[in-house]
Amino acid sequence: MKCQKCDRPATFHITDLVDGEPSELHLCEECAQSFLAPSQEEAQDVMPAMAGLLAQHLAVGETADELARLDQRACPVCGITFLQFRKQGRLGCPHDYVFFEKELEPLLMSIHDQTQHVGKVPKRCPHGADQQTQLIRLRREMKEAVSSEEYERASEIRDKIREIEAGFREAKGE
Amino acid sequence: MTLDDLASTSGEWLRGSGPESDIVISSRIRLARNLADFPFISRATDADRAEIERILHGRVESLRTAGKAPAESLYLKVSELPEVDRQFLVERQLISREHAQSEGARAVVVDPSERFSVMINEEDHLRIQVMHSGLALNEAWEQATKLDDMIEEQVTYAYNERLGYLTACPTNTGTGVRVSVMLHLPALAITRQIEKVFKSLHKINLAVRGLYGEGSQATGDFYQISNQVTLGQTEEELAKKVADVVPVLIDYERQARSFLIENSQETLHDRVSRAFGILRTAQTISSEETMHLLSSVRMGINLGLIGDLAIPTVNKLLIHTQPAHLQKLSGVELDQADRNIERATYLRRHLNGESKGNVSHN
Repeated sequence: MKCQKCDRPATFHITDLVDGEPSELHLCEECAQSFLAPSQEEAQDVMPAMAGLLAQHLAVGETADELARLDQRACPVCGITFLQFRKQGRLGCPHDYVFFEKELEPLLMSIHDQTQHVGKVPKRCPHGADQQTQLIRLRREMKEAVSSEEYERASEIRDKIREIEAGFREAKGE
Repeated sequence: MTLDDLASTSGEWLRGSGPESDIVISSRIRLARNLADFPFISRATDADRAEIERILHGRVESLRTAGKAPAESLYLKVSELPEVDRQFLVERQLISREHAQSEGARAVVVDPSERFSVMINEEDHLRIQVMHSGLALNEAWEQATKLDDMIEEQVTYAYNERLGYLTACPTNTGTGVRVSVMLHLPALAITRQIEKVFKSLHKINLAVRGLYGEGSQATGDFYQISNQVTLGQTEEELAKKVADVVPVLIDYERQARSFLIENSQETLHDRVSRAFGILRTAQTISSEETMHLLSSVRMGINLGLIGDLAIPTVNKLLIHTQPAHLQKLSGVELDQADRNIERATYLRRHLNGESKGNVSHN
C-alpha cells in the first residue's frame, strides 16, 4: 500500500477521529511523523473549541451591535476585554468571573451543566478574596501611573498596596 | 538528587504494579490553583510571572525546612532548562507539553519517587499532580488534597463561594480537579471496538486523550480517560465517575482479548512474535514504531504468549526509548537518524540479554 501523501510505502495505519467518526489514514514513516507531531493548533485545541462554544451562545439574542459593545467591555481589575477572552479562551484574573458573570453563565452551564460549586472549600478565604483582587488592580494602576509619569499618583497607590499587604501579614500573625 | 538521576530510573507510575496493572497503567489527580493577588497567566507581565515563581519557590523552601515537603524533592526552573531536559520532563509526565514550551518564569517541584509534581506558572499559577501505578484514584486524591492543604497554609487561593476555585480557563473552574486513568487497550483497538467505546464515554461526559494529554494521538494503544466537568460535583463524585467506568473498560478489553485468543490465536501469536522479533533485531527504529510494537509485546506478556519478559521492563522501555530519554541516557545530543539507531541498539541490548537469537554484531 502506498502512502496517501507521497509515493513511499505506507507503514503507518492510523485511525483518527474526525468529528467523532473514525477515519483511516495510511502513511509512510515520514508523513506519519509530521502528522503525529502536534501542530501549534492541536496543542491548543481546547481554545478554538471553547471560543466556538462561546460564539454560539453569544449569537443567541445578541445583535451585531450588542456583540460589538460587549466585546469592548474591559475588566477594571486586569484590563482584559471580552473580545480578548473570546479569542484566547483564557480569562485574565479572578475578578473576570464577577465582571463577566452574565456572559460566562451560559458558557459554564454548557460545559459543566451546573453553576454552583459543591466541592472542597479553602480554609484561608472561604468567602472569597476580594482584597487580593484589589491588589491586582492597584498594581496595574501603579504601573500605568509610572509609565505616564504621574509619580504622585503612583506613590499614593503604592501606599494603598502596602496598607493592604500589611493587613494580610497582621492577619497571618507575622 | 538531580534531574540526571531521574533518567536512569522509571518512576512510580511505571512500576507496573497495583490493582489491574495489566490494563490500568496509572491513576492521576491534577488540581488547578491560582494565587488570589495576581492576574492569571495570560494577563501576567514577565515581572508578575517572575514574582509568582519567586513567592512560590520561597513557600516550597519553607515547607522543606519545616520537614513537610520531602527534603530531597527537586525544584527545577523549567524556563532555564535546556530543551532536551524539558522534553525529558514531558516524556516522564512530570510537566505538560504546554509548560515545556511556554514563555516566562516557570518551575516544577518533583518528588524523588515521582509520585507528585507541582507545576508553577503553567496555564494556572499552580498545577498539583499526583500519580500512582495501577488503579488507585482514592489514594491519589487523598495525597493531592493533602498537598493542596499544605500549600494553602502558605498562600491565598483565588476562590469564589459560588464558583469554587477560579481558574484561567472556565473548563477547570469549581473543583479544578482532573481525574484520569491511563489504560492500555490493544485488543479493543485490534477488534475495532475502540471508537464505539470512545463514543459512549463522550456521551457520559468523559474525555479520551492520548498518552501525552491534550491534542496528543493515542500512540501504542494507550489512552487517558478523564472527567470533563469540574463544577457542581464534589471531587469524590468526580473521581468515582471515572473509577466506575474503569472496571467496565477492563472487562471489555479482557473480553476482546479472549475473543482474539479463541478466534484467531495464530494471528494474534504471530503479531506478538513479529513485534518482539522486530524489537529484538531492528538496526534503526522510530519512536512511534517502537511504541506500536511494545504495545503488542505488552499484551503478549499479559496473555502468556511471551514468557521471559516482565511488564515493568516493557513499561520502562516505553519511556526510555522516547527521544529525550535516549539522549539523556546516552549522554549525547542525537539527531533523529542517530536516535533511531541508538533506540534500536538500546532495545536489542535490553530485550536479548543472554537469550539466543541475538543477531547483533555490535
